[in-house]
Amino acid sequence: MHLARVVGDVVATIKDPELHGHRLLVLQPILPDASPVGRRLVAVDATGAGVGEHVFFVRGREASFPFLPAAPPVDACVVGIVDAWHVDDDARSGPPRS
Amino acid sequence: MQIGRAVGTVVATQKHAKLEGAKLLLVQPTDPDGTDRGVPLLTIDSVGAGVGERVLIVVEGRAAGEALRRKAAPVDAAIIGIIDAVTMAEAAGAPVAARGTHTR
Repeated sequence: MHLARVVGDVVATIKDPELHGHRLLVLQPILPDASPVGRRLVAVDATGAGVGEHVFFVRGREASFPFLPAAPPVDACVVGIVDAWHVDDDARSGPPRS
Repeated sequence: MQIGRAVGTVVATQKHAKLEGAKLLLVQPTDPDGTDRGVPLLTIDSVGAGVGERVLIVVEGRAAGEALRRKAAPVDAAIIGIIDAVTMAEAAGAPVAARGTHTR
């Protein structure tokens, strides 16, 4: 899994029937110091996360597991909302104070 | 499987039901010699590892789910061992130091 910040959402009226009713979020993967890393991606949501929240997401086939027995054609899924994280170097802990 | 170093903990109250009770650790993948490789991953800890320890991780869904002992859990990385030592063949260089001797 990876840490990310939700930076947007996606609305798509016409989509695979298995995706109906699921929210699509734009994620910016982040490092433990909360700085962005890598390309933004779209992930389906299994937790009720919203824009601005820190989350973690799973990639690959497992991204469809929260919706079993349905099998939506997704390759990334938000599976947790992060309250806090801590790394052994305090300067790298987050999320940043707002 | 890959070698890494547990670098942090993550708290997430609201998560998928299959992840209830799972311990989350940030792991920095490393070379066998302890050099950082790539960006840190968020893993499920199934062996009781702690921050600072060298760990063995799987970065593949089925294996990670099995480590969690839950079918169809939405996870793709898990810690499956705490490394005591890594010894490389001499041809690849000097023997690599044991657990705890690598520091940042």
